[in-house]
Amino acid sequence: MIKRYVNFSNLFKIALRALSNNKFRGFLTMLGIIIGVASVITMLAIGQGSKRSIQGSLSEMGSNMIFVEPGQGMMGGVRQDASSMQTLKQADYQALVDQSEYLSDITPIVSAAGQAIYGTNNTPTSMSGVNASYLNIRKYTIADGDMFTDQDIKAAAKVCVIGKTVVTNLFTNGEDPVGKVIRFKNIPMRVVGVLTEKGNNSMGQDQDDVVLAPYTTVMKRISAINYFNNISASARSEAVSDSAQDEMETILRKSHKLADDADNDFRIRSQKELLTMMTSTSDMMTVLLAAIAAISLLVGGIGIMNIMYVSVTERTREIGLRMSIGARGIDILLQFLIEAILISVTGGVIGVIFGVGVSLLVKFAAGWPIFIQVYTVFLAFAVCTATGIFFGWYPARKASNLDPIEALRYE
Amino acid sequence: MAKNIIEAINLKRNFIVGSETVHALRGVSFSISAGEFVTIMGTSGSGKSTLLNLLGCLDTPSEGDYKLDGISIKQMNKDERAMLRNRKIGFVFQSYNLLPKTTAVENVELPLIYNNEVSARERKRKAIESLKAVGLADRLYHKSNQMSGGQQQRVAIARALVNEPVIILADEATGNLDTRTSFEILSLFQELNQKEGRTIIFVTHNPELASFSSRNIVLRDGLVLEDTVNNNIASAYEALQKLPKLDD
Ligand SMILES: Nc1ncnc2c1ncn2[C@@H]1O[C@H](COP(=O)(O)OP(=O)(O)O)[C@@H](O)[C@H]1O
Ligand SMILES: [Mg+2]
Repeated sequence: MIKRYVNFSNLFKIALRALSNNKFRGFLTMLGIIIGVASVITMLAIGQGSKRSIQGSLSEMGSNMIFVEPGQGMMGGVRQDASSMQTLKQADYQALVDQSEYLSDITPIVSAAGQAIYGTNNTPTSMSGVNASYLNIRKYTIADGDMFTDQDIKAAAKVCVIGKTVVTNLFTNGEDPVGKVIRFKNIPMRVVGVLTEKGNNSMGQDQDDVVLAPYTTVMKRISAINYFNNISASARSEAVSDSAQDEMETILRKSHKLADDADNDFRIRSQKELLTMMTSTSDMMTVLLAAIAAISLLVGGIGIMNIMYVSVTERTREIGLRMSIGARGIDILLQFLIEAILISVTGGVIGVIFGVGVSLLVKFAAGWPIFIQVYTVFLAFAVCTATGIFFGWYPARKASNLDPIEALRYE
Repeated sequence: MAKNIIEAINLKRNFIVGSETVHALRGVSFSISAGEFVTIMGTSGSGKSTLLNLLGCLDTPSEGDYKLDGISIKQMNKDERAMLRNRKIGFVFQSYNLLPKTTAVENVELPLIYNNEVSARERKRKAIESLKAVGLADRLYHKSNQMSGGQQQRVAIARALVNEPVIILADEATGNLDTRTSFEILSLFQELNQKEGRTIIFVTHNPELASFSSRNIVLRDGLVLEDTVNNNIASAYEALQKLPKLDD
């Protein structure tokens, strides 16, 4: 006898027909899948969006950046506040410059907050005492004029480079600031350059509201201190970032003459570390949100299974009839399986559309960063098909195992 | 001599219910050749449906053998029997068993859906032809729930004819119909038998219907009680004319 193959297109039509006979019920069954898929898409879009925005703004600050803060120091058994620590000195900076192999740029940072005045205008701002390497480390560039020189640093010259916000606040009538003298904490300082605009960072801080001056100037003439607030540096590349960190530790311990068993009296942190820390929190959120979404998919799948069982029971006579006129078990099995897959995949398509819509709404209405990865859409379809097969299998098998005589007699 | 279509050889069918064995058929033998119109009669519980299910390859005998169109079904598996039903048998049931919310044409197409050798076009053409043969040319696209019982049974007969089976098996096909409609359906069966030479087995518990067929097999307690040829076939159409007219 001739072997008979399964005619998928006919079975597909039968399944489609059964669904269109029961549109509302089909829709209700899909609802679970729709909500599940839409939430998976939205959650992943929000998670990915925030991760990317964190990564973006951190790496714009310089992804190889490493900074040393004073801290973790004990004085007579009393833990000291980091800001009052005075452990980072000129000798440490010099040791790093002389001995380091993995660092490309190093700058001391001395901060001072105060009022900047030009003519009748004044603005509160913060001054950072740095050297020229600071520009490389923090990815600043000069728009106008020049950066101050090593000569200026040696001489503790009263010169400065200012950011766009300071320019706007002080030079209200559109004058060229380069060459003008502003006052900061009553010290007159000549503006030698203007920084290119950078905008806000990820924490919402205005990166253009800065005044850069030689660190020696800030230490001697403004704050009258002999220590740094921190030392910032750049590793030669991201690959040597860890080595650079270790190297810095060794050099600083030696420079501070710490005994082998003594704790560090400084703290080294890298941008990479910060990045990992922040993205790992957002990764964790993504996983958590995706898990919640996956549970709703599971519930949707159980809904399909339930309705397929009801459908098989309701259509017992139909199954008996189909068998009596020549349908084999496999024909019946596939008919119901295709029906289950159709429900879940249609639900998936609507869910994807819905999820993308909600994501865009969140983006434009709430202003959250959103990123929809194409693979999540395909993943959603794959998961829906799998859900359909998994939850449709048992009802479909039940249908295909019915005895035609009993099925025909079923009331 | 016409070709043997059905050959039942000492068919037995036992059902095990709990600890008891029900002997529904205790050894039934007969053969039916092409062109016969056989009525199988007997009281309720005498084994008619059990026999028909065996003849229709829906079931397999506990003992004995059965040959349909020369093919023994003894060694066949489920799928092979499904295929045999699809190509060689047409069923008509007491309760029509049409798909709900589905047009007459689509209902009649159903057996051909499971036959890959018939294209969608051919399928529709055959379905329409079949519906015309049962007098439903003007009801092709009516849905099953928009039709009367008699019309629904005609659709079911068209469905049984569409695959050009070697035999039509009807189990209490007029059981749900009023007298007038019963005679209409019976007259249709006679027409199919006499004009188109269809072989028909018609199971009924109603002895009055015996005179309309060419042969009567009477069952009692799972055995053949009588097997007689009827040389004086009454016309169901004439019987229909004699019925008192309904006032519309
Ligand atoms: N699936 C079954 N399980 C148990 N007993 C059955 C089954 N089918 C039929 N029988 C028994 O077999 C006998 C014949 O039944 P059936 O062929 O349906 O009779 P008929 O159609 O002549 O009324 C009855 O006694 C019935 O109870
Ligand atoms: Mg019966």
